[in-house]
Amino acid sequence: MSFLTTEGVARSELEKILYLADEFTEVLARPIRIVPALQGKLIANLFFENSTRTRLSFERAARALSADVMTFSAGSSSLSKGESLKDTALTIEAMGVDLMVVRHSSTGAPRRIDQWTSCLVVNAGDGAHQHPTQALLDAFTLRRHFGGIEGLRVAIVGDIRHSRVARSNLFALTALGAQVTLVAPRTLQPVEYQDWPAAVTESLDEELSRTDVVYLLRIQTERGGASVFPSLPEYVSRYGLTRERFARLPKESVVLHPGPMNRGVEIDDEIARHPRALILDQVANGVAVRMAILFRLLGAR
Amino acid sequence: MERLLLEGATVLTSRRQSVADVLVVGDRVEDVLTPSGENQEVRAGARAIDLSGLVLGPGLVDLHVHLREPGQEWKEDIASGSRAAAAGGYTAVVAMPNTDPPLDAGYQARYIADRGRQVGLVEVIPAGCITMGMEGKRLSHLDDLLAAGVRIFSDDGLTVTDSGLLRRAMEYVGSRGGVICQHAEDPGLAAGGHLHEGRVSSLLGMTGIPTQAETTVVARDLALAELTGAAYHVQHVSCGETVALIRSARERGVKVTAEVAPHHLVFTESEVLKMDSVAKMYPPLRTEADVKALTQALLEGDIDAVATDHAPHAAHEKDVPFEEAPKGVIGLETAFSAVCSVLGGPALRTVFERMSVAPARIASLERHGNWIEPGIPANLVAVDPNQPWIPQRYRSKSTNSLFTGVPLVGQVRLTIHDGRITYDASRVADPDEEGSP
Amino acid sequence: MPMVMAAADIGRSLTRISHEIIEKSGDVLPVLVGIHTRGVPLARRIAGVIEEVQGVSVSVGALDIGLYRDDLAGRLTTELAGTRLPTDITDRTVVLVDDVLYTGRTVRAALDALSDFGRPAAVRLAVLADRGHRQLPIRPDHVGRNLPTSRTERVSVRLAEIDGTEDGVWVEGAEG
Repeated sequence: MSFLTTEGVARSELEKILYLADEFTEVLARPIRIVPALQGKLIANLFFENSTRTRLSFERAARALSADVMTFSAGSSSLSKGESLKDTALTIEAMGVDLMVVRHSSTGAPRRIDQWTSCLVVNAGDGAHQHPTQALLDAFTLRRHFGGIEGLRVAIVGDIRHSRVARSNLFALTALGAQVTLVAPRTLQPVEYQDWPAAVTESLDEELSRTDVVYLLRIQTERGGASVFPSLPEYVSRYGLTRERFARLPKESVVLHPGPMNRGVEIDDEIARHPRALILDQVANGVAVRMAILFRLLGAR
Repeated sequence: MERLLLEGATVLTSRRQSVADVLVVGDRVEDVLTPSGENQEVRAGARAIDLSGLVLGPGLVDLHVHLREPGQEWKEDIASGSRAAAAGGYTAVVAMPNTDPPLDAGYQARYIADRGRQVGLVEVIPAGCITMGMEGKRLSHLDDLLAAGVRIFSDDGLTVTDSGLLRRAMEYVGSRGGVICQHAEDPGLAAGGHLHEGRVSSLLGMTGIPTQAETTVVARDLALAELTGAAYHVQHVSCGETVALIRSARERGVKVTAEVAPHHLVFTESEVLKMDSVAKMYPPLRTEADVKALTQALLEGDIDAVATDHAPHAAHEKDVPFEEAPKGVIGLETAFSAVCSVLGGPALRTVFERMSVAPARIASLERHGNWIEPGIPANLVAVDPNQPWIPQRYRSKSTNSLFTGVPLVGQVRLTIHDGRITYDASRVADPDEEGSP
Repeated sequence: MPMVMAAADIGRSLTRISHEIIEKSGDVLPVLVGIHTRGVPLARRIAGVIEEVQGVSVSVGALDIGLYRDDLAGRLTTELAGTRLPTDITDRTVVLVDDVLYTGRTVRAALDALSDFGRPAAVRLAVLADRGHRQLPIRPDHVGRNLPTSRTERVSVRLAEIDGTEDGVWVEGAEG
């Protein structure tokens, strides 16, 4: 079974992956940080949209499991030019690939490749839809920090409407028992969220005192914000995690960010370096979680 | 002259429907005979075709197809589109002008009509652009187009947003039998949109197109139609709110007509959850409530006509992510069955009203959309309203249909265009085996 | 389904193996590493006997060889039980403990896994039962009972810690 979304995934399955990630954290702490579990398997990383950190994390995970890795990045190859996505996928499948890791700027591209090929597919981020491995590494980070996720109050702050991180975290964290509040100005809230398992609010300040986890989303400064909020300073004044706002959080609370950060925009530079900001833990945990997912999909094939 | 005797069908005349034999001589219906076997001298020498159990009605008319010729013949051309139309029971189709180059001058219109006559399977009626090159900046060669017989004007695929320009177009052609047709989609509200704005777009993280993108344009256009007195036609109505606008304008005396596409009567935004780009078209599939409202409006006549918006795209063009895919679905070969399935057998006369009589009236096509009686041009179709079938293959060059694999009830069995049989289901089991005409 | 070892037989075998391990050891006792699943409680029991006799504590670890298997695909699993080694094994003697020795592939995988943790001075193998049919050049150093079996038979072991029932070893027939 491919891993394309966190929506509708059973809690028991999510917990199995988190449990395996614990095991792989142990593997990564060994003197020899590689196991032969996926020896002879071929994994193709298809990054139609560039993303250095996610690509490196998947490569590291695949190699630590002794799988062979081919990486295809947009810009470094002419495969995608004038060729349908289906043709590209079938071409790569024909090279004997067992599993494809797919990142694409359009919603549903990994799902389509899953339909067209007999390869397993892991969604490494599609459009503003889903980024399920990110959600699991976030859940894993929170579980290791707090000991569990049940009952955690999580505020996801920022451009919810255009965020695959928000969507995948919402479904994963609520399935694992967290209470999620989405915080954004109306223009960045999802258009219709009546059947989402989340509260939605415009006010970050009202949420601060009752939040265990502040999850900051990256604001697309390249969008200029021009069409969705008046200006960056105005956004920061309502939604930036400033030192003043950080001081009003409960003392046990933590801060997450999927990176890359806009320091001084969604997060104050000093807060980004604070011990209660688990941002580098997220990156480190990403490798173990992706090992867990690759092993879960390919280990029994 | 060839004589065809169409025997035993239930014949739809302007007042009633009863079993009769229809004699076609040349391109005309010569007589409608009681099936008692009398009038032997009239029947003599005619080629008899047994249509017992079928319903014979006026050939279907489609106000909205994209035949892709000239410019995009890998998707469709007038020959393949004509074959698809004939198989769908059509005897006339209005070809939208968004070809490459766009059809904004009379000589282009004459070419399309001539090409249709050469193929000879269906009357191909060219629509003309409202603005030059569909750029929305200045009027196309409206006089030239009118002189070439064009009556349907549209920048379909794009909306004429400049209200002043649209007003002038209405004023210019309105008094001369032309109809201004609008693809109603406000470019600001629809910007970046790929599907209906709502539950599914939010879940999938794709930018949606709100119904207001359609209603705001229709509301403005209705005001302009009222101002100018021109005939105005709303293309592919997609939501219930638009129906309400049309109804109230009509009550005020605005000369407004409207069409709905079969896919908007059957499918909802949920189709997009499969992420197959075959579910991508503008206007997008909307909600269950919209499907109900559109169906009701079609039954009651608030929406005058069914038009397919037949929009072929090659498989390789659709084999891309949803957001990158071209918009549109084909529809000619499944429209009758889809509408018949939605409205039901007892509404068969309404089906013909909406798929033949009304669209022929809107496009001023005297040779089409006539209830059957002696003297009318022989543009006819025989259907079996109770025949179940599951669409699998098409005569169109393209296969981008949402109806593939969907069980439907009602099937086209025989199409006659200007007295010639252009499609006979009993003779062609497999579209792939059918040769080119 | 005939029982070939009862609880008392298992107890006696483990006591004997414990004494053999003590005899073979010099001043430093080995690290006992149980192979999941039933090797782990067996290693703990042997450690218990040694501690009772010698009056010193013995390091016991657990090894999951799921990441190292080369078995047929159908037998692989993506469940992992967890590997925990209590001490650095480099330059120590390690005694691998498992319930049944058969083809030797599990032991091969366990040796691969161990080598990723360090370079032991020596690795020995203790098993409760050896049913033969080796496919690799591997032999046990300590054996509870040799069980002559055919390939079509199945050997099943139950231990109180894992199965919640009384200890026992059974050989099931080909049709079982």
